[in-house]
Amino acid sequence: MSRTLIVRRTGPGVTVQDMGRPGRIGDGLSRGGAADRLALYEGAALLGQPAGLAALEMAGFGGEFEAGADLRIALTGAPMAATLDGSRLAWNASHALPKGARLSIGGAEAGSYGYLHVGGGFDTPEVLGARSAHLAAGIGAPLAAGDVLPVGADARPGAVGLCLAADPRFDGGRVRVVAGPQTGFFGASETARFAAEGFRRDARGNRMGVRLLPDGAPFASEAGLSILSETVVPGDIQITGDGSPFVLLAECQTTGGYPRIGTVIAADLPRVAQAAAGAVLRFAFIDIAQGRDIDARERRRIAALRGAVRPLLRDPATIRDLLSYQLISGVTAGDDLDRREA
Amino acid sequence: MIQAATGATAGASWPRIAPLGTDGLLVSFGDTLDEAANRAALAFRAAAQQAGLDGLCETATSLASAYLRFDPDLDAPEDFVAAVTRLAQGRDWFAESLPQGRRLWRIPCVFGGDLAPQLTEAAAAAGLTPEAAVRSIAETRLRVQTIGFAPGQPYLGALGPEWEIPRQTALTDRIPVGALCVAIRQMVLFTVSTPTGWRHVGQTAFRGFRPGADAPLVLRAGDEVIFDPVPADAYAALVAQGPAGGATAKELA
Repeated sequence: MSRTLIVRRTGPGVTVQDMGRPGRIGDGLSRGGAADRLALYEGAALLGQPAGLAALEMAGFGGEFEAGADLRIALTGAPMAATLDGSRLAWNASHALPKGARLSIGGAEAGSYGYLHVGGGFDTPEVLGARSAHLAAGIGAPLAAGDVLPVGADARPGAVGLCLAADPRFDGGRVRVVAGPQTGFFGASETARFAAEGFRRDARGNRMGVRLLPDGAPFASEAGLSILSETVVPGDIQITGDGSPFVLLAECQTTGGYPRIGTVIAADLPRVAQAAAGAVLRFAFIDIAQGRDIDARERRRIAALRGAVRPLLRDPATIRDLLSYQLISGVTAGDDLDRREA
Repeated sequence: MIQAATGATAGASWPRIAPLGTDGLLVSFGDTLDEAANRAALAFRAAAQQAGLDGLCETATSLASAYLRFDPDLDAPEDFVAAVTRLAQGRDWFAESLPQGRRLWRIPCVFGGDLAPQLTEAAAAAGLTPEAAVRSIAETRLRVQTIGFAPGQPYLGALGPEWEIPRQTALTDRIPVGALCVAIRQMVLFTVSTPTGWRHVGQTAFRGFRPGADAPLVLRAGDEVIFDPVPADAYAALVAQGPAGGATAKELA
């Protein structure tokens, strides 16, 4: 039996993503990978498997999928309306997806990027050491209806019905920033204003970066627009020609010539990537040692995520989840089970 | 030698080292584009790769600076910063020679016409006839100053001072892979199809990024490139030659 997930319908921005291709900036290729890397770790914790396995990233809208074999799935990132053969599925949780079952994932109810993980990960071909689509570099492409995605061997078949507490990062909020090589191009009053005012996430944004609209006046650097291009990294905040910030994300270009007022720390970048259009973001400058401490703390938290996984609480209204929960506890009930074990 | 570099960039204030994010450093050798600063950045990157810096994960260069990313789980990132600072201050990087293993590429290119529609306007901006513009580009041995923006995509320089022309204010919607574009005395040979503000003056069948190939990234910083003009009706035959597009390379001594 070949392990596959069949794509019946898909939103326009659904791609295979993993941890990307670190180490190739010198070749002009940014790391890429999941826009919200934390969601990959959450999916791996829910399924009890390595975080480097590939998942589907769904920008704004999911699609309809059919299991070509008995699969396990987990849903993380921006919560979306998900149903399995018509029954609602809990988000931030793992579920059984029996062979032939239809999984339908609608629009994001908050945030921007939802993730669909499978037990064993998607086993699509590697290019330059990763499976991630890197659209800006011409590697891979968004999914299309009719695609059949190979799924790797699952080390823990049957382990489903688990959940993680939601880690809210979908509605904007406060984001911490460290100063960088060009922060000095902005006068003290501009950087103070940058830290004091709010910014609304523009509708324009993609895996390369998100545009923010200042509540106040546009921002200006003393260097104007005549800056020599330098290496740029995800989290960098460019101030573009019209004075609005553009925060670079996973699939950013590798060099840039717009002045950069600072860099969002890694721990807070998922909050920027996930902010839905209209969400308000605020920036706070912290010193570099503080930033390193916060990032290290976040890495330790992520490493311990598997210990934070809990059995999914039963909601009598969602039979499917009830079934999953009972499978874990060794109790069998309901005729769905027969089909699942077939 | 350092005095001979350039007044703008050489001197006591360079190189400058600044953090870039919580796990990176940018070592800058100048704030304007010049040959010596570019050479310094390339040499520094090569030295950093060979210096056995504990925790070094990745290096890159841009036009006049080098980027170093380190392991964020280092016990003492300040030790890494100190080691990089010692390396940066330990040598006159502006006096370094170009990297080893450089090659001279000759890449056939169709200038102007339907394949490269902005030759005439770019030539006019440079105060040249289209014919003189092609001659000027074809007679210049360009150097890959950096690979950046997109995979394997070279920034080539420098053209003569007449080519100090600005980028367009409006972006061209999409230029094709293999497009040779010009602005500010530099040329970019595009490896992806993308919007751009650079003017499209030539079209090659050369693919600088070949995702499925054993060696997907073709050009390296320090390589030199000559664009040989060919007539438009030769283009189909170049495309038929595959991703090399008729290009040849030989080692530079």
